[in-house]
Amino acid sequence: MQTNFSPDQLRDPELAESNTILRTCVHCGFCTATCPTFVLLGDELDSPRGRIYLIKDMLESGGPATEPVVRHVDRCLSCLSCMTTCPSGVHYMHLVDHARTHIENTYRRPLPERVLRSVLALVLPRPWLMRLALLGAGVARPFRSLLPGKGMMAQRLRALLALAPRRLPPPSAAQSPQVHRAEGKRRGRVALLTGCAQQVLAPEINEATIRLLTRLGIEVVIPRGMGCCGALTHHMGKHEPAMAAARANLAAWSAEAEGEGLDAVIINTSGCGTTVKDYGFMFRAEPEPWRGRAERISALAMDVSEYLSRIGYAPTRPAPALTVAYHAACSLQHGQKITVEPKALLRRAGFTVVEPAEGHLCCGSAGTYNMMQPAIATRLRERKLANLAARRPDLVAAGNIGCITQLSGGDFPLVHTIELLDWMAGGPAPASLGPLLAARAA
Amino acid sequence: MIALPEPKAEVLARRDDIVAGLRALLPADAVIAEPERLRPYETDGLTAYRQIPLAVALPSTTDEVAAVMAFCHREGVRVVPRGAGTSLSGGALPLADAIVIGLMRLNRILSVDYADRVAVVQAGVTNIGITQRVQEEGFFYAPDPSSQLACMIGGNVNMNSGGAHCLKYGVTANNLLGLRIVTVEGEIVEIGGAHLDAAGYDWLGLLTGSEGQLAIVTEVTVRILRSPEGARAMLAGFRANEVAGACVDAIISSGIIPVALEFMDRPAIHACEAFAHAGYPLDAEALLIIEVEGSVEEQDRLLGQIRTICERFDPVSLRVAQTAEESAAIWKGRKGAFGAVGRISPDYLCMDGTIPTSRLPEVLGRIGAMSREYGLQVANIFHAGDGNLHPLIMFDANDPASMHKAECFGADILKLCVEVGGCLTGEHGVGVEKRDLMDVQFTPTELDQQRRIKSAFDPGWLLNPHKVFPLAAAAA
Ligand SMILES: Cc1cc2nc3c(=O)[nH]c(=O)nc-3n(C[C@H](O)[C@H](O)[C@H](O)COP(=O)(O)OP(=O)(O)OC[C@H]3O[C@@H](n4cnc5c(N)ncnc54)[C@H](O)[C@@H]3O)c2cc1C
Repeated sequence: MQTNFSPDQLRDPELAESNTILRTCVHCGFCTATCPTFVLLGDELDSPRGRIYLIKDMLESGGPATEPVVRHVDRCLSCLSCMTTCPSGVHYMHLVDHARTHIENTYRRPLPERVLRSVLALVLPRPWLMRLALLGAGVARPFRSLLPGKGMMAQRLRALLALAPRRLPPPSAAQSPQVHRAEGKRRGRVALLTGCAQQVLAPEINEATIRLLTRLGIEVVIPRGMGCCGALTHHMGKHEPAMAAARANLAAWSAEAEGEGLDAVIINTSGCGTTVKDYGFMFRAEPEPWRGRAERISALAMDVSEYLSRIGYAPTRPAPALTVAYHAACSLQHGQKITVEPKALLRRAGFTVVEPAEGHLCCGSAGTYNMMQPAIATRLRERKLANLAARRPDLVAAGNIGCITQLSGGDFPLVHTIELLDWMAGGPAPASLGPLLAARAA
Repeated sequence: MIALPEPKAEVLARRDDIVAGLRALLPADAVIAEPERLRPYETDGLTAYRQIPLAVALPSTTDEVAAVMAFCHREGVRVVPRGAGTSLSGGALPLADAIVIGLMRLNRILSVDYADRVAVVQAGVTNIGITQRVQEEGFFYAPDPSSQLACMIGGNVNMNSGGAHCLKYGVTANNLLGLRIVTVEGEIVEIGGAHLDAAGYDWLGLLTGSEGQLAIVTEVTVRILRSPEGARAMLAGFRANEVAGACVDAIISSGIIPVALEFMDRPAIHACEAFAHAGYPLDAEALLIIEVEGSVEEQDRLLGQIRTICERFDPVSLRVAQTAEESAAIWKGRKGAFGAVGRISPDYLCMDGTIPTSRLPEVLGRIGAMSREYGLQVANIFHAGDGNLHPLIMFDANDPASMHKAECFGADILKLCVEVGGCLTGEHGVGVEKRDLMDVQFTPTELDQQRRIKSAFDPGWLLNPHKVFPLAAAAA
């Protein structure tokens, strides 16, 4: 597609990168069809091709972002379904990331929105603050319908409170910095990203990961100094906080990699995985040692399902007669192009695996999207739940905490894939399956 | 560069009133009028041509479409219909004084009748959406443009779109039973119905391929078919384009009709392989994808015959897909082919001429020669069995000279098609792209007859007036 940047603009490496991406796009329109917001809203402006055009215009003009552009870019889930579909190989993720940074730097949002975004950017990446906030939210939750107003802001606050879990699990000691020794002969050594929101909301996911990996002979390191991957702030266009978070992780992992060595950096929250795998790109223009570290760590980063497929997995319990609907998290299927491994592992574990129609469409979770765009997120949630229900599963498995939170409260329990794999290989049954298994036993 | 008719100054002057009038008819989010939000609507699949419209309307029902049309008719405002905006001939290119009516919110499947094999769908349902809806019951909708993932049935009707499998099943026109249309005056009319060959004149035939110039289509009744027992694709690689072209002619003239017979040349093979990882032969200069269907015995018999023919042309490789996944990857690559060319060139112009298959080797040779003369690369990807060529001329839109050369090259290819007894467009429509070449193909009398049909439906020439006819002829 034609672009219109001045030679001066193209000397800016960020703009030059975006220009290259834009020129790959041939405007064929394939991406529109698999974009959740286009499917729901039926407007070119809420499709990837429309957003690419809006972004192109905004960047070419060089001026500050304007409200209409912000509105449509904000509605993008960053699910990256468009990148799976695109035959030309347009790197939409890098383009929209650039646009978000430009918006954050040049556009002044209304005050309440600014406050909400800052609070989310402050709280979500910090487990102890998150825990405090959730305790507070738990108190406020029953009163959320009393929140006045129909406006976007009131909707957002209600959505926020609705997402807060009724009961907060106690903190888990397994997630604090330490080395979990391999059982038997050591076959490998990995670092585990324990995440930020996930370790507060569902510590059982990290626990299952550690149990299963150590049982398979893998030493699991939880390095000191590691924290949020930076995705949450990165997707808000908050460049510096995202880079700072990434740097902390790079330092922690590089120390291990350069010390006793690492075979992989394991990530069990696919949203984070997409970002860690992109560190190499995020640090492409940074001075050493950061650039080199980022490249090496991105190459080491692996989703836990990817790693398990590589080292081999076998169940030790007899197959349960359970039908699992596999919900493909966008960050896994589109962001990391991991589609077969989780299903193959679940089948290997003895489950009957089914997939919903429209599996490529996002469930509406998308980081902080379900708090910032509650109306669209709710419609996507309902559509996903209906598609899942149509397959009559006993339970649903997903590889991302965001999706698990978003889809909970439906007619079936939700678990992380790794919890099922751990269970079938000797771990405890996932707590959330309690009622289902009790009903089965009776 | 293509010329557009002068916008009517008095319409532009009433812009705010016209927008207010639309807002009174439609929900708030269904009218777009801010300049920066209009920009993404300035073009379709042919980005070389662009024009920001006066406003965009996004109705959700036939009644809303009718209300907008009645309003525009009363106000003398031009209208450009738009489906998914994948047209490769600039069919959905706006005008400065026109309203774009986007049909994408009419996206519901209204009914499916398996006993009578009929589906009624709204105009904004995607082509593949119909097949996705009925495939679990063992049915499919046959015409399969490569853009089928995104393009909409209303657009297919208006372009009479074809696709790889149309060699056996026919194009859109052969799979249509009825339409619900809104006339330029805003009247809702039903044409045809859930049965073959309705009484009276063939209005359906007239409206199919009318490129948004006669009416707005809001509902379409299509025939759905039983899925075949099975299908298998064969990949045959050859040493030269002309050789593959000769092989196509040999297959077709032997009387075998494969369900699909597609051609790709070296640049296309490499671009598509990078996208789809289908195992295309990277050492071949040209590739034929030949698909047969039916029972396993039938497939084996046909593939055997085709193999024998291919072997006469000294193929570099012959391979039959062994699994459903392999077949899917082969088609994914072929259907993503135009987009995949985006990997090797920032821009392309996609031609769409049709020629007798017996002239394939000669025409491919001459296109190759022109490519060297113009100094512009070409990728050939097309429906070979139908003789429907799609040379993609690669150029750099950031360089005006390159753009101009590409346009001249394209015109030369289309003239060549007419010269050898073919025609300007196989399936992408005339749009604005081939408008000025219409008098290469048609005499003034023929053009005048077509123009009078347009006038009968739309005396004021409000609907998509700047397409299909050379500008002078349209104004006459
Ligand atoms: C990558 C790629 C591959 C393609 N492959 C093929 C192919 O294999 N075969 C093929 O035939 N075409 C192909 N096309 C061209 C294009 O997809 C078809 O012409 C398609 O039918 C256009 O549908 P659309 O919904 O995008 O319509 P648009 O592009 O939006 O509009 C097309 C025309 O129809 C009119 N129109 C649209 N909807 C309506 C309506 N409801 N009522 C009245 N008029 C309307 C418009 O005014 C315009 O003139 C391809 C395009 C691309 C980008």
